[in-house]
Amino acid sequence: MDRKTIYEKEYEMLVKAYEEAGEDSKPLISEEFASLVVNGDKILASRGTEGIEMRAERRDEGTIEAWITVEPGVKVKNPVHVCFGMLPREGKQHVINHIDLGEGSEVELISHCFFPNAVNVEHISEGYINIGKRAKFAYSEEHFHSDAGGVVVKPLTHVHVEEEGDYINTFVMKHGRMGELYMDYEADVDARGRTSMITKVYGKGNDIVNAREVIRLNGERATGIIKTRVALRDESTSEVINITEGNAPYSRGHVDCTEILMDNAKATSIPQISASHPKAKVTHEAAIGSVDKKQLQTLMARGLTEDEATDMIVKGLLA
Amino acid sequence: MLLRLKNIEVERDGRKIVRFANIDVKKGEIHGLIGLNGAGKSTLAYAIMGVIPISQGTILFKEKDISGLGITERAKLGITMAWQEPARFEGISVRDYLHVSRKDRDDSIEEALELVALNPKKYLSRELGESLSGGERKRIELASVYLMRPELAILDEPDSGIDMMSIYDIIGLIKTINSRGTTVLMITHRDEISEIADRNTLMCSGTPAITDTPIKVSRIFREMCKNCDEHDFEKKGAC
Repeated sequence: MDRKTIYEKEYEMLVKAYEEAGEDSKPLISEEFASLVVNGDKILASRGTEGIEMRAERRDEGTIEAWITVEPGVKVKNPVHVCFGMLPREGKQHVINHIDLGEGSEVELISHCFFPNAVNVEHISEGYINIGKRAKFAYSEEHFHSDAGGVVVKPLTHVHVEEEGDYINTFVMKHGRMGELYMDYEADVDARGRTSMITKVYGKGNDIVNAREVIRLNGERATGIIKTRVALRDESTSEVINITEGNAPYSRGHVDCTEILMDNAKATSIPQISASHPKAKVTHEAAIGSVDKKQLQTLMARGLTEDEATDMIVKGLLA
Repeated sequence: MLLRLKNIEVERDGRKIVRFANIDVKKGEIHGLIGLNGAGKSTLAYAIMGVIPISQGTILFKEKDISGLGITERAKLGITMAWQEPARFEGISVRDYLHVSRKDRDDSIEEALELVALNPKKYLSRELGESLSGGERKRIELASVYLMRPELAILDEPDSGIDMMSIYDIIGLIKTINSRGTTVLMITHRDEISEIADRNTLMCSGTPAITDTPIKVSRIFREMCKNCDEHDFEKKGAC
């Protein structure tokens, strides 16, 4: 088989696996959507739409570097879909993303990290994101893993939000076991910029969830929220470090971390807030504990078993 | 008799909160539990639902001893409860919450919301969390009880958190729940609510003092309890 045929076949396999996970594959194949599809270190498809340039190159073995550039003032109608997958059971994938939103542009990007057969897979993702003045960027990272938990995920992202820019980051486990997560997100926010970091993870078996999320509110009236939701069962562990700095007048930041513990799981939450300007205000709330008793009793009084009620509460927390 | 409490005693933190509780609840009636704060009404309600254990006595439901059953088992027999302060649920929509009560029956979730004067279009997709007021959550809790079609509904202060204008909505809903064959055991401090009961039981210092018509029980309550400054059973004992 020539290279083109191999790539087409892998593309079909990836799309099929994606559909089997219950997802709509239309955004990956339709020309109405800008998209980038990568299997391991093979770039299977790369497509921009008007006002958005998508470019990707294979660096060395296992490494892909991608550039996504949105022209100033362009409001991208359909979400951009990026699929970084790996169909084999073993392997290493290193992705370096450069995302640049021009002044006043708007785009939503959904990154599907797809490792349905993973037994021993490492996925390292570096992101360098610049959000121009008054630009809006919603970034969702959705993970689909095998039930074996054999994935090590290392997302390292630095974001610069320029004046009045708006950045929403969501990290969600949609299917399978987390495996090991070592997340490190940082955002520097200029005047009147807004940033939200939302992370929702369910750890099972011997999964490890390590998350460090940092927001530095450097400009006047910049705002930021870090919202972390973790549910842990079996022998899984977590360490969540949420840092918010208020460095400018009237900057407002909040950290909100809730972790539910079941079985023999262990959790650590470290909210760290600081201010270097007297007119900045940063607050935090963090809670670790078992499933709320009153929620459980209410659902059980409607006829659910304790396990069914727990499941519903945890799904809600991570929804 | 649908529910029979025989000599129930409930201890919390080493204190007897309920003692010598003997109450019969007839099938199909609306039965009120009234009394001063701290009289043991809510504790007794939790004990009937299985939320807290009894330390002595027997709870008979349709002549079956349910004293040792858990909350789910009691719910499956047809008992449910609406809490005075309903739980908040992050990430669970009103629709999903009400679906738990409705199960596979054809009853309309929309209709249940309309019964509690909430617009389904506005509320079905909303999260049952921080964004809803106490009064809204209370109404949703009552809609949930309505949809469950239980044999016995224990309503802990269904009127608390409800504005005066809406009290008659709540009264109407309690009557509707009752008219669908559900026996209601309700705790209330409000005359408008207690007056709709077929019978009321006055709780005094953890013990049911009298069960009679709403008029008689209210009179005794007004004449005796409201002037009584000794509510601690350990010190005083029942009237």
